[in-house]
Amino acid sequence: MTGEAIAFYGLAAVILVSGLVVVSSPNIVHSAVALVPAFLGITGIYILLGAEFVAGIQVLIYAGAITVLVLFVIMLTEGGTGLRQRQRNEQGPIGASVAVAIAVLLIAGVTHTTWGRGAGTLPAYTPGAIGQSFLGTNLLVFEGTSLVLLVSLIGAIIIARKEE
Amino acid sequence: MGLAEAAALPWYVELWRAIAGTVLIFSGVAVVAAMFGVLLERKISGWMQSRLGPKHVGPQGLLQTIADTIKLLQKENIVPRNADATIFASAVLVVPLAALLDYVVIPFGTTRWGPLIFRDLNIGVLYFAATSSLVVVGILMAGWGSNNKYALIGGLRSASQMVSYEIPMGLALITVAMLAGSLSTVKIVDAQAGWWYAVEQPLAFLIFLIAAVAEVNRVPFDLVEAESELVAGYFSEYTGMRFALFQLGEYGEMFAMAAMAVTLFLGGWRGPVLPPVLWFVIKLYALIFVFMWVRWTYPRFRIDQLLNFAWKVLIPVGLLNLVVTAFFVMVVHR
Amino acid sequence: MVPLADYLVLSAVVFALGLYAVVTRRNGVAILMGIELMLNAANINLVAFNKYAAPGAVQGQIFALIVITLAACEAAVGLALVLAAYRSLETIHVDEINLMRW
Repeated sequence: MTGEAIAFYGLAAVILVSGLVVVSSPNIVHSAVALVPAFLGITGIYILLGAEFVAGIQVLIYAGAITVLVLFVIMLTEGGTGLRQRQRNEQGPIGASVAVAIAVLLIAGVTHTTWGRGAGTLPAYTPGAIGQSFLGTNLLVFEGTSLVLLVSLIGAIIIARKEE
Repeated sequence: MGLAEAAALPWYVELWRAIAGTVLIFSGVAVVAAMFGVLLERKISGWMQSRLGPKHVGPQGLLQTIADTIKLLQKENIVPRNADATIFASAVLVVPLAALLDYVVIPFGTTRWGPLIFRDLNIGVLYFAATSSLVVVGILMAGWGSNNKYALIGGLRSASQMVSYEIPMGLALITVAMLAGSLSTVKIVDAQAGWWYAVEQPLAFLIFLIAAVAEVNRVPFDLVEAESELVAGYFSEYTGMRFALFQLGEYGEMFAMAAMAVTLFLGGWRGPVLPPVLWFVIKLYALIFVFMWVRWTYPRFRIDQLLNFAWKVLIPVGLLNLVVTAFFVMVVHR
Repeated sequence: MVPLADYLVLSAVVFALGLYAVVTRRNGVAILMGIELMLNAANINLVAFNKYAAPGAVQGQIFALIVITLAACEAAVGLALVLAAYRSLETIHVDEINLMRW
């Protein structure tokens, strides 16, 4: 077993265990905190895949910002830990079977396909290549995304603001 | 060198190197930054207030922090009755760990064999921003897990403050990275062979310093642990060694911020005559002194003033600075 | 070298976990957490395909970055909606927010 394989299976275990806590914990704060190891594990997967820049952004946005936002909203709304309230609706069995069915379907599809290997190697300095691409071939996407960001920034402020 | 190129060495060699480096960084930071930092803080505050500061343990009070640490080690670890024990205990690990992770990309000096850095990541500056943003999670966990209203208010204040000040800090980092043409900290230091970026980019330097003081929750931005309102903020309920670990995280983070400011704006290890490592330490402690000077000079902001300052002053100025610098880079370097 | 299929299997399982949270949780914030997990699963796929199928271009990583950006937007707006709902209806449980129900 190579180091890469050990790292991959270790990270996968971290992601899956903390993901299970996220979806199943009756304590909503525990769920939110368990997001952090899940996101950090996925960061590790990106590093294994040679995407350092995406990994950095993942930590900055997901682990550093979105988790904090989620914790913030949990603490600002009344529920608290949520232990006194029912956290699940009555769709438990249906939801579980749908999720398992989709997982089985995807896994079967993925493992029965022979994946071709593309030619070429990753660029040595990915941040540079990504920047060039964002201001070159993907300029329209880049500008569109920034517009969406601006709109959602203003929208979030307007929605969350108290009405005077 | 990219993160993924670790495969150049067998993985177990890499693993041992990582463990050795972690232990080295941890003990170095724990001893130098936190212990010496606390002593320095008390001495400087004493000097500014015409007192003597700690004086009795060891020559001139030099061993005071060691005595304090031994005292804290003997204290009982108290967990409040209705606290969330898991979160309460794990928050202690998150804060110092996130602070210590910052040190991976800081070049402390240069030797004949190359720069003295734990790993010259090609996303160094981004890595620094990412790891320092993790501290917030630990602080929120501590505030929530203590099941104490003062701790919770401290944690929530800290979250809003640190998330707000990350943006101007990021803008200052981007400005420097753009000038140097790289995110690697070693390349940024190399790019300052002529002028320091503090001279070329005084505005970005100022923004970075203000945001750094806010990120480490020190006066005038110490609402998080405002003693007169919140007892001690998010770590009110922590005792003994757990309290000491929070102190370690806080001082470790402050030293990391100062070291990053030295790397990005003050030319890192560069300087005439003296060896590079010494230059780095001199600049680092000069900045630490500035942080302490500010702490004992200014009163505390109110929370609304603090957030208004970030969103209405620092971020617009930082954005404007970024645009002007980008224009300048395009015109001059093309 | 870890085969591509392993990454895809991991992502499929994470996606299923997120889907389960979205379908069965009552708390609006927990549903948003499930959505974040699903988006992350998609990102693992994109970055893995980038490395294995087309390493020369960074198109997969670009896609992943755009997904991360949009996920941040989605989280901001979604959590703002949860706050607004809590303010006017005093609940964040989505099955109790049923004013529009026939």
